[in-house]
Amino acid sequence: MIKTVVEAGLPVDETLSIRKRRLEPEHGESSAWKRISVVTGIHGDELEGQYVCYETARRIQEHPEYLNGIVDLYPALNPFGIDSVTRGIPAFDLDMNRIFPGRFDGDMNEYLAAEIVRDLKGSDLCIDIHASNIYLTEIPQIRINEQHEKALMRYALLSNVDFIWIHGASTVLESTLAYSMNSRGVPTLVVEMGVGMRITRDYGDQMTDGIFSLMKELGIWSGPVSQVRKPVVSQKPDEVTFLNAPVSGIFIKTLSHGARVSRGTEIGRIVDPLQGSLLCTVDSPVDGWLFTVREYPVVDEGSLMARILNTNNPDVRRMMG
Amino acid sequence: MKKKILFEIKALYRDDFRVTGFVFGRGEPSVCIVGSMRGNENQQLYACSELVRRLSELEEKGRIVPGRQILVIPCANPYSMNIKKRFWSIDNTDINRMFPGYSEGETTQRIAAGIFDAVKDYPFGIQFASFYMPGGFVPHVRMMKTGFEKVSLAEQFGLPYVVLHTPRPFDTTTLNYNWQIWETNAFSIYTTNTSRVDRNSARQAVEAILNFLSKQEIIRYHGYNGYVSRVIESEDFIPVRAADAGFFETSVRPGEAVEEGQLLAKIRDPYLGTVRSCLNAPVHGTVAFVHDEAMTYENTAVFKLIREEW
Repeated sequence: MIKTVVEAGLPVDETLSIRKRRLEPEHGESSAWKRISVVTGIHGDELEGQYVCYETARRIQEHPEYLNGIVDLYPALNPFGIDSVTRGIPAFDLDMNRIFPGRFDGDMNEYLAAEIVRDLKGSDLCIDIHASNIYLTEIPQIRINEQHEKALMRYALLSNVDFIWIHGASTVLESTLAYSMNSRGVPTLVVEMGVGMRITRDYGDQMTDGIFSLMKELGIWSGPVSQVRKPVVSQKPDEVTFLNAPVSGIFIKTLSHGARVSRGTEIGRIVDPLQGSLLCTVDSPVDGWLFTVREYPVVDEGSLMARILNTNNPDVRRMMG
Repeated sequence: MKKKILFEIKALYRDDFRVTGFVFGRGEPSVCIVGSMRGNENQQLYACSELVRRLSELEEKGRIVPGRQILVIPCANPYSMNIKKRFWSIDNTDINRMFPGYSEGETTQRIAAGIFDAVKDYPFGIQFASFYMPGGFVPHVRMMKTGFEKVSLAEQFGLPYVVLHTPRPFDTTTLNYNWQIWETNAFSIYTTNTSRVDRNSARQAVEAILNFLSKQEIIRYHGYNGYVSRVIESEDFIPVRAADAGFFETSVRPGEAVEEGQLLAKIRDPYLGTVRSCLNAPVHGTVAFVHDEAMTYENTAVFKLIREEW
């Protein structure tokens, strides 16, 4: 069943609709059903979640007999952004993930945000799927604000990601959808995986397996599920090393994300095509696991090129042998 | 006047990115004024350039008080202005959401850190700010309510209104907020426009700043005394929302007094030309904000009114 979560009239012969797909058992006592919500597309240039929504629906439709609860799929919270290859909300140049929980008496976008939050309330679990951005490629991971670690860890460990990153609280992040839902008692996991403007099918399948594992945990799915992988967990700031470009230029990556690196390993190079010169090599300053790497080649001084989980992390120490 | 490069980044195919400051007078840092930070803030840059011109004249006449130093940064983001893009050229991040900055971080964090390092030691900080919605504002000075704000200082600008704004989570990374946290008395000056230059409004803002500097004994200047400001909270603005989407035809301007029930705007069907809805003033008051685009979306706050004080 397709439901309209919220709609707003546009000036010229069009209505903006944010819609969701609801999958539920055909029979049974609905008051006992638990509900999982999968949301994606807050940023219009992040498309990895499109495949996950499709694949989740496809698998359920193939075996509806295993469905014992409600699955709500919201593939496009920012439909204008997805349609126009725009990260934010077009016409407003506004990051939609900075306006939650929204306001019913606010402007159009704040009103849309408030209706989305209202619709998601009552979910037993929410998964908000992102795809980093167009600049960086990420290992499938879940990011958790330390304030919500207690409520989310048991779900994160079942979600079949490679990495769980528990990060410090930040006031500015209080205007995200995940923060708004978590602070309203709806456990919400933020997934980052792959890269903007692309679909990485392997990651989509991996994440969909994770969603079915979580559905099984919640009693929403009684069919077979895959064994989930054991993620690396990081919760200390000194475990993550950031590499920012020392100069402006064109970044040519040597290694892909997921590689294990030693101190001095070349991750990429920054070159000047006009001069035909090498401006610098980008070497790892630490031993560790490259979980983020730059995808978009143009860099300014300071642009993020890589994140490495270093050997201050016990899981990485074991991984590095 | 001394020209000073405050922050610089080398680029691959463009001229170097530079944040340029102009220093007037000598001695202890007294006040810092920042102009445009986003690529569409032409009015903010124009007003700042007017201020630079006026301060140059005053300096030539020996009217900067000895021992007082003024820093003006007309533009914190020339790259975005030159390509007419509101935010940062590569990654579309907003420098005014990166304060206090991080010198080892990403590009706009570094720019913010470079600027903040140059401006953080001034006891007074003034920014020509713009509103995120397209439209015109009645001129006012705005302060964030951080617990450090001193309203009586804001009144010294002599602008019609002083607006106290309760910061929301995303405000905590703005220059104004961080200035206050670092114990600078920070003010945002809102003039009527953003992308279009309104010379009269810019002149009023420049006069207000000179007025303030004079009262703080930073310059010797006998300009106008301005208004006795009315202090209001940003929550006290009364929004008037578009009941429909369509062509927006307003009949009032920022600063205009309106009576309860007075017609403020009509919204027309873009195909049929018929009136979809009329927007009327819900109270007696003054028009503080007017949407200024040809069309409006449904439910958009196209006016903000200030209720008449009795």
